[in-house]
Amino acid sequence: MRISRDRVSSLLVIAPSVLAVAIFVYGLIIWTGYISTVQWDTLRPDYTPVGLANYQSIFAQNRFLMDIRNTVVFTIFFIAASLTIGLLLANLIDRQIRAEGVFRNIFVFPMAVSFIVTGVVWKWILSPGQAASFGTPAAPQGVNQLFGLDPASNRWLTDAHVVYIAPDSPIYGFLHSIGLGFITSPNIGIPIALLSIVLAAVWQMSGFVMVLYLAGLRGIPEELKEAARVDGCSEWRIFRHIVFPLLTPITLSAMIILGHISLKIYDLTVAMSGSGPGFSTDTPALFMWQTAFRDDYFGRGAAVAIIMLLLVAGVVVPYLVWNRRQEVEA
Amino acid sequence: MKLPSRRILAVISVAALVASACTSSSSTTAPSAGAAGASGTCAAAANATPIEAVSWWTTGGEAAGFNAIINKFNCDNPQYFVTNSAIAGGAGSVAQAALQNRVLNGTPPDTFQVHMGHELLDTYVTPGYMDNLDDLYTTNGWTTQFPKGVLDIVSAKDSSGTLHYYSVPLDIHRANVLWYNKTVFTANNLTAPTTWDQFFTVADALKAKGITPLAVGDNGIWANGMLLEDVLIGQLGADKFDGLWTGTTDWSSPDVTTALTTYQKILTYVNSDHSSLTWDQAADYLIPASAGAQPKAAMTIMGDWAAGEFDNKGFTDYGWAAAPGGTGIYQALADSFGLPSKAKDKDGVKKFLTLLGSAAGQDIFNPYKGSIPANTQAGNPPAGQKQYSTYQKWAMGEWKADTIVPSMEHGAAAAPSWKGAVETAVTAFVANPDVPTLQTALVQACKDAKVCK
Repeated sequence: MRISRDRVSSLLVIAPSVLAVAIFVYGLIIWTGYISTVQWDTLRPDYTPVGLANYQSIFAQNRFLMDIRNTVVFTIFFIAASLTIGLLLANLIDRQIRAEGVFRNIFVFPMAVSFIVTGVVWKWILSPGQAASFGTPAAPQGVNQLFGLDPASNRWLTDAHVVYIAPDSPIYGFLHSIGLGFITSPNIGIPIALLSIVLAAVWQMSGFVMVLYLAGLRGIPEELKEAARVDGCSEWRIFRHIVFPLLTPITLSAMIILGHISLKIYDLTVAMSGSGPGFSTDTPALFMWQTAFRDDYFGRGAAVAIIMLLLVAGVVVPYLVWNRRQEVEA
Repeated sequence: MKLPSRRILAVISVAALVASACTSSSSTTAPSAGAAGASGTCAAAANATPIEAVSWWTTGGEAAGFNAIINKFNCDNPQYFVTNSAIAGGAGSVAQAALQNRVLNGTPPDTFQVHMGHELLDTYVTPGYMDNLDDLYTTNGWTTQFPKGVLDIVSAKDSSGTLHYYSVPLDIHRANVLWYNKTVFTANNLTAPTTWDQFFTVADALKAKGITPLAVGDNGIWANGMLLEDVLIGQLGADKFDGLWTGTTDWSSPDVTTALTTYQKILTYVNSDHSSLTWDQAADYLIPASAGAQPKAAMTIMGDWAAGEFDNKGFTDYGWAAAPGGTGIYQALADSFGLPSKAKDKDGVKKFLTLLGSAAGQDIFNPYKGSIPANTQAGNPPAGQKQYSTYQKWAMGEWKADTIVPSMEHGAAAAPSWKGAVETAVTAFVANPDVPTLQTALVQACKDAKVCK
């Protein structure tokens, strides 16, 4: 068989990047996976195999369970809010308004800012200020000062409460009686402080979602909508039954992009609140960093990294498969 | 004619950019004489051996002090040239990860800053990355010039039971200090509390007057961990507090339970926004917004770097005392420098370390840093040099008289992983103050550190 010259040169051209990706991405993933099964718990590498002991040890830590909770809660709220706001903005801008470009840029601009900068600014905005304690007059700051809110009841980033099904809740006994008692734990709940982080993240990313949706809206042929109007459809029904279904691929892409951002989130929470009160804003990434580089438990740190990889893969792989199938169909 | 000359100019400026990028990225290259800066700075001789000292001192008095002592060394020893390759980042949190990478790869800096005690011992000494400094301690007489409390902290026994010294402490900070607003205390006829019982009396009086008694900024949870240490010192005393970290004091004892209950009570006297503040923002609560106004809080408990914060803000109306329960007990932490086994020129590094440990060297550095010299012979800088402040003079007196205990939060008493476990327990406690849960976690942390059984 003769290989064409084109083929040879194309192989030569892509070989370096394939090699680099193989070593620096997949090679290191395998290495991390290996490290997660060895003892290595001081600065000096120790490759004594310990099986899954590192995984057992991190799952035995309540902090890690809270981190998983935080990740799930953050992901749900962040994706839902960004998609809703992004879709709303895209529809508003898609009305042939004057100076559309100006508005579009205003909404997209936050995305150009790094999460660290966003975090620092929102930390200032969402620091509650001192509440009226011990007779001292309240000294609200940021958003509390702006809207005249009482720092005592608007704790924002410093709110240590977790909303969960507590023993005094009416359904607590019922859940226990049907064997679902395990969901009445604070580890299955919504930490209030985390919602402040969601707020900052949504501010940053909803403009990006808007752009995606705007591109999607512009791709829908006007004839389809015209036809529906001729048939007497209301604008809402056109949106609900024609526009929205045609936007499904956009929604899916946006969910994947936002989802993997939220699973890996680190810089934003570190800049805003660190671990937060009672680990209410802690993330697996911060836990991993501290485990590996502060405590020198490199094996356990690698185990956390692998779990994060599996979480992200759980989101991204089905998307890639779906994407591939779309391409084959098209 | 115009165009080519412009082109030449462009080429030259690009070349200059590239050249400057090269010199700034190679940290071991000695800067040229022109780049050295301040007047009186000694430049590198052409054949000088470079010595790279890594620190996390990048700004303010600490960088000025360290550069002053480095300059002294470079002027006196033209055959060497020490550079301060600083890595910015609070208390070395960033420096540590970068450093560990270099040590792991077998290319450590020639010497580096690390908190004396277990942060050095457990991270670098036990895995065998450091040389001991026994000969420096013997030849320089440091075994008598440094107090016993410091010698205990910088030394460790090897597998055969022989004691070795591993680092040279350059400065000493005190962790357990109470700072208060003098005007508020005078106006309310209060004196600085010396026990926790007195603290509650004072705090209740302040509360009745509508003043937040204690300002805490535990956005970095370590500030709250220091408070816990102060309570343990007050309840247990120096020896039994030491014992907590060596395994001779039982973490599940009733004494510890009492201390934790006191700790729980203290947290009800603090500012409501403590978890969004850093330690320095909390210290600023003692500073009134305008002269004569009431400050947001009357006291804060923080290491003696708080004095530098007050001085920088131009606030002079502050008083200090040992933290409640800590009278006569000096809880110390120190920045120290050691000798990595793979340092390139060990003789040169030892010479530099000799200056860092000497009375003369410590009197150059510490007046800038706001700390006190670890060497008890130091304390009288020659005229013409920067002198010690009133606080530093007070602290030097205490240093010579007090019992010295190590700081857990600042790396002296416990391994970083143990500190991490304590901080995890404290973070949970601040959100949900339950004493038995905290005590269980602390008992477990000691077991995980393989110090308790």
